[in-house]
Amino acid sequence: MSKQILEKENVVVKFVGDSGDGMQLTGTLFSDAAALAGNDIATFPDYPAEIRAPHNTIAGVSGFQVHIGKETRIIGDKCDVLVAMNPASLKANLKWVDKGATIITDGDGYDEKALEKAGYATNPLTDGSLTSYNVIAPSITTLAKETALANGLDNKSAERTKNMFCLGMVYYIFNFDLDTPFKLVDKRFPGKAQIADANKKVMQAGYNFAEVMEAIPSTFQISNVQLEKGRYRNITGNDATAWGLLAAAEKSGRNLFLGSYPITPATEILIELAKHKSLGAQVFQAEDEIAGICSAIGAAYAGAMACTTTSGPGLSLKAEAIGLAVMTELPLVIVDVQRAGPSTGMPTKSEQSDLNIALFGRNGEAPCIVLAAASPSDCFYKAYYASKLAMENMTPVILLTDGNTGQGSELFRIPKMADLPPINPPFAQPNDPNFKPYRRDPETLVRQWAIPGTEGLRHRIGGLEKTDVDGLVSTDPLNHAKMVQFRHDKVMRLAKRLPKQNVYGIADADTLIVSWGGTKGAVYEACKKVNTSGGAVAHAHFSQIMPLPENTAEIFANYKKILVCELNSGQFANYLRMSLPDFKYEQYNKIQGLPFTVEELVNAINNIK
Amino acid sequence: MSYKSIERSAVPLTQQDFASDQMVKWCPGCGDHAILAAIAKVFPEIGYKKESYCIVSGIGCSSRFPYYVNTYGFHSIHGRANAVASGVRIANRGLSVWVATGDGDSLAIGGNHFIHAIRRNIDLNIMLFNNKIYGLTKGQYSPTSDLGCVTKTSPYGTIEQPFLVGELVIGAQGTFFARAIDTNPKFITEVMLEAAKHDGTSVVELLQNCIIFADDTHKMITDKETKDEHQLILRHGEKMIFGKNKDKGIIMCGDGLKVITIGPNGEGMEDVLEHDMYSPTPGVHLMLAKMFPPHFPIALGVIRAAKFPTYDELLEEQITESSAKSNIKCMDDLLNSGDTWEIK
Repeated sequence: MSKQILEKENVVVKFVGDSGDGMQLTGTLFSDAAALAGNDIATFPDYPAEIRAPHNTIAGVSGFQVHIGKETRIIGDKCDVLVAMNPASLKANLKWVDKGATIITDGDGYDEKALEKAGYATNPLTDGSLTSYNVIAPSITTLAKETALANGLDNKSAERTKNMFCLGMVYYIFNFDLDTPFKLVDKRFPGKAQIADANKKVMQAGYNFAEVMEAIPSTFQISNVQLEKGRYRNITGNDATAWGLLAAAEKSGRNLFLGSYPITPATEILIELAKHKSLGAQVFQAEDEIAGICSAIGAAYAGAMACTTTSGPGLSLKAEAIGLAVMTELPLVIVDVQRAGPSTGMPTKSEQSDLNIALFGRNGEAPCIVLAAASPSDCFYKAYYASKLAMENMTPVILLTDGNTGQGSELFRIPKMADLPPINPPFAQPNDPNFKPYRRDPETLVRQWAIPGTEGLRHRIGGLEKTDVDGLVSTDPLNHAKMVQFRHDKVMRLAKRLPKQNVYGIADADTLIVSWGGTKGAVYEACKKVNTSGGAVAHAHFSQIMPLPENTAEIFANYKKILVCELNSGQFANYLRMSLPDFKYEQYNKIQGLPFTVEELVNAINNIK
Repeated sequence: MSYKSIERSAVPLTQQDFASDQMVKWCPGCGDHAILAAIAKVFPEIGYKKESYCIVSGIGCSSRFPYYVNTYGFHSIHGRANAVASGVRIANRGLSVWVATGDGDSLAIGGNHFIHAIRRNIDLNIMLFNNKIYGLTKGQYSPTSDLGCVTKTSPYGTIEQPFLVGELVIGAQGTFFARAIDTNPKFITEVMLEAAKHDGTSVVELLQNCIIFADDTHKMITDKETKDEHQLILRHGEKMIFGKNKDKGIIMCGDGLKVITIGPNGEGMEDVLEHDMYSPTPGVHLMLAKMFPPHFPIALGVIRAAKFPTYDELLEEQITESSAKSNIKCMDDLLNSGDTWEIK
């Protein structure tokens, strides 16, 4: 049976179901296979805070969105294919499905009880409400189970293979052959050949089922990616952050020390680093957030490349200790994988609302370098760079990523360690007669790193204000004023030595769109869309937040209008108003725990005209 | 003496090698002076290279300690000395790490870090100055203040049960607990040396008098008239005997300890307990740690020094093992591990 093949540059597929249905696994298997088939990918897990919320309810819906195609800077606004394992997940996600899109759902799941739990008064499969979609609702559980039972699985395990059946159908729809998916399944079940085999059989059954099904009149052929030459892998933002830290430790010749306490959505960094003792990573799961950072500060004093990882509430708890790192001028990387706040907020949802606390959230005047990662693979470079800046400038650096970036994934062109920039911490030399704990480089104002154990460098540091050069406890008013100024200038003077800000899009347009952190892809796509449909905007995406790039004012002066887009109520806009008050800033903000869609950004950009 | 893999000094050191040029700013008559003098004698005796010592403190009177000894030192923030010290030691296992902390720093604001450091058995020497009062904030009750204690924040007397340091340490699976008192600096030196030898977290409770806000808080123990009746000096392998005439002993009676008077011809001596500080089971150690006058003497000296694996040893083991086994020897290996593919 031959079917029509539709060529597409990009498609978005979303897998949704109960939080116990294995949607994250299903999505990962699909995106990995897509990447191995030569597609660019971006993924985005969307899951509830509860591990197993009540069965078949909206609260328990877990999802995994995959964007594949030629160029996938973003996770995609709306899906072309939705795989919904039950009524609740269909209901929760229908708003993200384009009219005309394909919905695959388990026809076995629509009994009265499940419909009621999902809040459906009538069955959407039969009441005509889904007529604008291509709905495919076979008895997936029954079909999957038959195959699985025939291949030796018990009743319970057999029922669980329904996601593999769906996956088989989706692989067919996208014209994938099953060789790669089969290899991935084998990897998922090491030493469990029977289970792996049954899952593969179910996947094949789903594939065959889709092939003969008239309800699937066409399949998609995705244009292959046109990426820069090189070796690639798929990577999540949190893994990339962990690797960036490890890479910086190796480059600087220091051992990596991580002091951290598990917190969503940052925990994966801790988990990933805990695996790498063979690379010298010392990972300390502390008793709380405060011990996480304080142990890291101790490790920094003792000579390690020290870091702590957390999310919003944890950053609040670490505030006092960040001040200590500022005061003692020790290198420390603080990674904040931002989530929707305040307080516990929405732990599994993303936001950019920790910018203020990163910039200002400490007692006294305690400036830190603040960086933000733009995408999952950029987390690698920003973590590396944050470590480099921390060690070379003897100061804490806060790296802001966010839940979407941290847990989302994309293709990562594998760098060679030899190509990464060198890291040269300002070590004090043994028995240096001129060593003083707070003697500074006159240009950079950086003090030296004197590692305990080194001969001839015994000294004391601490949270009390110290005298310039000698580092003795002091409450002298003028000395304090001087030290406050030094700590400020040390960070601000960096701007001269750091990269300049770039502008994309139509550089000589009247309007500049400003974004920062994890929204780069969406804002970039939106600007491109505006520019290809007759509009004209430039786009400046900031990764270096404190200090701002040296040429920021110079860029802003070129535009009549500046629109700052961010996932909070306007924290970056307000920071710009404070730092560069000569310009007028308009805002576009979203605070829903969700990423920007390109569509809403395009509307916002068009509306400022 | 040869303990631990910390570099030793090639030449004998003296107290002078650790003398600080800083003015000591504790109140005249404060017990901290005696403790400082006692500890200054410990470092040269231990024999590590002078750069191998690192003193970490939190906040409080006792936490000014690092400024008064010429070693590497870190005066951190309130309550966090044990967390900072844990990081120092894990990251740099060539250091002998000492924590100077107080009853507020380690038992109130930093209680969490204190019990977890102990539970992990990280190789730290914690010197806990216990004066049962907040001195630096000028006289509020602390978690070790006796029930009913009148202070600025308890004008009607406290209504909180105090922590007993030894009980907390042993409850947190502490492997080393000792107690000494500021009126006997020589004994402090002796106890500190034992603490330094111990592998794992050692906690030494230093009963210290705050002359300004809680003077005589330890009077029942230190008073010249009664101290012999109220102090039991423990030494490993020796009978638990005390009293001016060495005529009192500690025996096990039922499920608890009991004080007996030994007869003129040694009657009852056979029942008097012999101190085994190395016993892995903490039962008797806990009972000893909880003894207080007037019904019992207070136990001074090393109460517990049990041998258990330390965090440091287990960490070394894992590093060695995983370095030997893992195929990932450097970052380039890691970056290229797993599923990767070439785009040409």
